[in-house]
Amino acid sequence: MLSAADIHVDLAGAPVLRGVSLTARPGGMTVIVGPNGSGKTTLLRALTQDLPCRGAIRLDGDDIAYMPGWRLATRRAVLPQASRIAFPFTVLEIVRLGLMAAGSPPPPGRASDALARVGLAGFEGRFYQELSGGEQQRTQLARVLCQVWEPVGPDGARWLFLDEPVSSLDIGHQIEVMDRMADYAARGGGVIAVMHDLNLTAMYADQVILLAAGRCLAAGPPAEVLTDDLLSRAYGCALRVNTAPPAPATFLLPHMARRVG
Amino acid sequence: MAVADLAGARLRPVAGDRDRRARRVMLALIAVLGAVSVLSLGTGASGTSLWAALGKLARGEEIGLREEVILFDIRLPRLAMGAMVGAALAVSGAVMQGLFRNPLADPGLVGVGAGAGLGAICAIVLGAALPFALGDTLGQYLVPVAAFFGGWATTILLYRLSTSRGRTSVAVMLLGGIALGALAGALSGILIYMADDAQLRDLTFWGLGSLAGATWDKVLVAGPLIALALAATPFLARALNALALGEGPAAHLGIAVQRMKNISILTVAAATGAAVAVSGGIGFVGIVVPHLLRLITGPDHRYLLVNSALLGAALLIAADMIARTVIAPAELPIGIVTATLGGPFFLWILLRNRSLLDL
Repeated sequence: MLSAADIHVDLAGAPVLRGVSLTARPGGMTVIVGPNGSGKTTLLRALTQDLPCRGAIRLDGDDIAYMPGWRLATRRAVLPQASRIAFPFTVLEIVRLGLMAAGSPPPPGRASDALARVGLAGFEGRFYQELSGGEQQRTQLARVLCQVWEPVGPDGARWLFLDEPVSSLDIGHQIEVMDRMADYAARGGGVIAVMHDLNLTAMYADQVILLAAGRCLAAGPPAEVLTDDLLSRAYGCALRVNTAPPAPATFLLPHMARRVG
Repeated sequence: MAVADLAGARLRPVAGDRDRRARRVMLALIAVLGAVSVLSLGTGASGTSLWAALGKLARGEEIGLREEVILFDIRLPRLAMGAMVGAALAVSGAVMQGLFRNPLADPGLVGVGAGAGLGAICAIVLGAALPFALGDTLGQYLVPVAAFFGGWATTILLYRLSTSRGRTSVAVMLLGGIALGALAGALSGILIYMADDAQLRDLTFWGLGSLAGATWDKVLVAGPLIALALAATPFLARALNALALGEGPAAHLGIAVQRMKNISILTVAAATGAAVAVSGGIGFVGIVVPHLLRLITGPDHRYLLVNSALLGAALLIAADMIARTVIAPAELPIGIVTATLGGPFFLWILLRNRSLLDL
């Protein structure tokens, strides 16, 4: 279980997060949503120690500030938002970097398996810098998957931290990647993702954290958090959610919020 | 080649996997280094033949004093120093480029070379003013020692400048390095202005870079430092690979980023300081060698660092051979040879890869 208590982050003197607490359990997907500037990415970066923050973050009860980096690397992997790479590495070489954190030597085809899982089979010999944005994003995802391949390790559940994992993907690959992440959670791993797309969030999240102005506005199952009232308050426009048959699945259309002049 | 084939045979070659090629290049470079070394021992202004001397030794005959001095006290230390300095310059370039995640970063660029130069110039111009006892004790070590401390001090200063709360900013380090290099250059200029004619001649030759003054003493001054720096690089290779993703992602892969930065900086300072101290400013090796190898075998530092050391050593030995034979019995400063060969070559690489090069 991952828990964060009373997280405060100041950037350039201005408070960005003002006391956010959350608890995420393995076996499910926790999605952080909120308008631009609400602190979504900042929260993820605080949770992964990319930013200094006040407040305690615990992984299965251990304060991660006191865990050595190599041990954390066997428990969690982090997908950054945009990644520029310095030298002309091939796709295979990038994905293999994920293996360095894995304890025991993995089977030789692991990197290619990971590429196949994100729909990039056969891309091994391509240069990372020559790929499209979406392909680069999926290459990084394959690297991250290599790092924590089995959702449950000897020390407990492993975690994926994803900053907008599908932001530059087409709809087909969005579904493919989200299915992959949902599968990782279903097999006992933990997934925490920052997302922009409320419909994908409604489809895949087990828990939604709704942020607004650096505070947690609501946290809970999608049906409880993605409501007309909460979303309209968070995003500052009149949003209406709907449910689609056959199963009661939440969706919303931006058409409803448009102010017709 | 056979060893590489055996090592690679277990794995089916996968597209995008350049390990096998890098291992083959490594073996080829070892062979080239060996060949260039033998060739260098056999060539020189005096026309002394290595093979004749070896033949005599093999038959159990005495070799003449002249041959012995030329082979073992002139050519051999010079060969050793060329190999050491070439390896040190190429590896410190490769480490610094990995650390800065920039293919143009080079100890010469971030002021380490200029700082070492300032140290050496101080020693040449102001050395006579030292208290007699100190100047006498240091003797011929004065210039090398001063150059090493100049390079080391610049690196430490640069490091302090660009590090706050345990984080090093690469941007501040690059820009600060350029400023420190300019400052060291200005101070050096003032000292050169003060120098007398004899000192000016020394300065000019030191500044162009030369292996002409190679002695076993100098090899023993620089050798341990360079060996120590080279010994640290295998531990840096994986960390530098991870760092190519950025500092955050490297940390998430379990790399102790700050510690590996410290080790990288010390490695670069030791290798560059020692190399500049004994040989002056030899340009282009640190930037051309890693760049060329990246084009052939990719940026994987597990191979890049070793191969840079090998190619750097071979290149400098070859350049030195050219320097001391083209206008024999006089010789060219080796810096002129590396710059005349390296400059156009580097421009050609830049032009070919203009679209790929990413600052």
